[in-house]
Amino acid sequence: MNNSSNTLNQGFLKFFFTAGCDSFAHAMKKSLLAALWFVFLTFPIMVIRVNTIEKTVVWHWERIGYIAVSIFFGSFVWRWLLARKELKKDESRNETGLEVLLTKVQSNAGLKYAALGLIGLIAVLFPQVVDLYQTNIMISCLVYIVLGLGLNIVVGLAGLLDLGYVAFYAIGAYAYALCNMHWDIGFWYMLPVGAILGAILGILLGFPVLRLRGDYLAIVTLGFGEIIRLILENWGDVTMGPSGISSIARPGLFGVKLGVIASTEYMYYIMIGLLIFTIFSVNRLQNSRIGRAWLALREDEIACQAMGIDKVKTKLMAFALGATWAGMAGVVFAAKTTFINPASFTFWESAIILSIVVIGGMGSIRGVIAGAIILVLLPEYLRDFAEFRMLLFGAIMVLVMVFRPQGLISAKRKIYAYTATNTASAGNE
Amino acid sequence: MEYFLELFMGGLTRGSIYALIALGYTMVYGIIELINFAHGEIYMIGAFTGLIVAGLLTMYGFPGVSILAIAIVCAVIWSAAYGYTIEKVAYKPLRGAPRLSPLISAIGMSIFLQNYVMLAQTSDFLPFPELIPEFAFMDKMGSIISSAELVIILATTASCVGLTLFIKFTKLGKAMRATAQNRKMAMLVGINVDMVISATFVIGSSLAAVGGVLIASHIGQINYYIGFIAGIKAFTAAVLGGIGSIPGAMLGALVLGLTEAFATGYVSSDYEDVFAFLLLVLILIFRPSGIMGREKTQKV
Repeated sequence: MNNSSNTLNQGFLKFFFTAGCDSFAHAMKKSLLAALWFVFLTFPIMVIRVNTIEKTVVWHWERIGYIAVSIFFGSFVWRWLLARKELKKDESRNETGLEVLLTKVQSNAGLKYAALGLIGLIAVLFPQVVDLYQTNIMISCLVYIVLGLGLNIVVGLAGLLDLGYVAFYAIGAYAYALCNMHWDIGFWYMLPVGAILGAILGILLGFPVLRLRGDYLAIVTLGFGEIIRLILENWGDVTMGPSGISSIARPGLFGVKLGVIASTEYMYYIMIGLLIFTIFSVNRLQNSRIGRAWLALREDEIACQAMGIDKVKTKLMAFALGATWAGMAGVVFAAKTTFINPASFTFWESAIILSIVVIGGMGSIRGVIAGAIILVLLPEYLRDFAEFRMLLFGAIMVLVMVFRPQGLISAKRKIYAYTATNTASAGNE
Repeated sequence: MEYFLELFMGGLTRGSIYALIALGYTMVYGIIELINFAHGEIYMIGAFTGLIVAGLLTMYGFPGVSILAIAIVCAVIWSAAYGYTIEKVAYKPLRGAPRLSPLISAIGMSIFLQNYVMLAQTSDFLPFPELIPEFAFMDKMGSIISSAELVIILATTASCVGLTLFIKFTKLGKAMRATAQNRKMAMLVGINVDMVISATFVIGSSLAAVGGVLIASHIGQINYYIGFIAGIKAFTAAVLGGIGSIPGAMLGALVLGLTEAFATGYVSSDYEDVFAFLLLVLILIFRPSGIMGREKTQKV
């Protein structure tokens, strides 16, 4: 162990350039080959564009250069990271700087409350300080955090891979939009209804898939999500088809009429409230009896059953509770955008929510929040990268999985320390 | 009844394409138990390579049939290269990681490849030249069968037979079966497991590329998104047949293709994809391991 960290610290440059290779020359050769291989690989798609109707060909020769150079240098980084991961594997602690900082803050009570207070203050003042656009982005970020925390129950805690999570989100949104359009039912009545609808649908989906494991479950939930989206798209008489439903009412405040700015701020505070409620509930849930049953289920289904845990009940609870938050988030989403259509509920939306959970750190509340902030806010502020957004997204998903499979902030189990003071004083008497 | 035969041939054609893609899923799953989510994108890249090559060749005045052959060969070469590279970059470093990790890496890869093709080419539908000369046959009832459909069905049958013979009789095929049975044991008896896994990706990708060029020429247009829905359908077919089983994938693909064709013909064309997924859910409820899949006993 000492040996490996020594290798890491002593010759950083040497280690960087020869990671995984015998010598620098060997590493050079490997990188050259990788660059050549990728030039060949990307040649037709990157370089040639044909139009068979107008019979024109456009050649982008310059792209070969970009690819060759970036792969040549990139492959050094790649090998270095792989070698570092291999060396660090046997060292027990493998924490990121962020995690170390979080642990430090949490272990110190004063610091912890100061940090919480600071976050609270920023959260309250945020819409007063920044403009409407920023507030809107923050609201969608909060929606994604809630969605991520909901999916975290199903995937992160119970280990059931749900690729159709967006269906529950869609149900909440459509339920509010339709009830509002036909019967003029308000936001506050629909929020719990959306939650209940989500839970019911979660149980309905949960029943048939109870017997399925891992990958089969993934594909069935994916199919389920697509079925819901296709129904929304094709059942034009009820759902208005692809054109969607517009002018959905914003949430009311005891009959007070709000302007655009005021109603956005109001929406923001509603989301903050919902987020606090979500964090509180998920935190309590994961340390409860059912939460521990989920973890057991995730680790080993058979051993979990052998311990006397009711598998059916545990799985259904995970599906239902996960879907509850998606239903609520859907209602909020419809009220926020005042317009919904099936295009907002594609498989990629599920994939984004899933990547929030996974990149942040499965099973970790702080991780999910960090994941949502990174994946939702970063692309918004990097508008120039707008068209590369999804490309980076995919690449980040792969890179995080390869180099940090446990996500940015790995989950920590709550440990109940048993203080021996009582027994000690009893012994004294 | 008048267009029964037409629907039947349409269903067989669809089923053939699903089979070509599904074989890649099922082979990879059989060996490393991973849903290669990026496999649909391999099919899409095959179609794009085919389009680029065919476009170039038409401009230089090559005759029709040779264009089809060269386009297929190029699509196979590049798709196989992509399949090989994806395995090396996104899956190999994750051997031995928890089950979810490679799956998520695969979804990331799929998103990456789609956007890569979209940015490098375009997000619009691109017209694909008709590479299979179109003749229509008409039977006594008035059903129309096109030559492209016949070519696709024949090419798929040939590929499936070829693959089955390959797996049954060659040394590499034997090594693949051994690795699928027990990877550790295969390694112990001197099989180069890494090589076998790479070979599986290469073969699966090649089959998908053949499917990509054939269907693109039949439908006449492609875009960066075609891989997603085709991949999902093909995976559905593989699961239907029992994932990991090669004859299962072929059977599942035919069942799926025919179901879709008849459901769209006789019920409603709006809900085409819904039928596919409903069929999947129903079969999995009653036979959780697929039509030809075997119940695996669970090791504790």
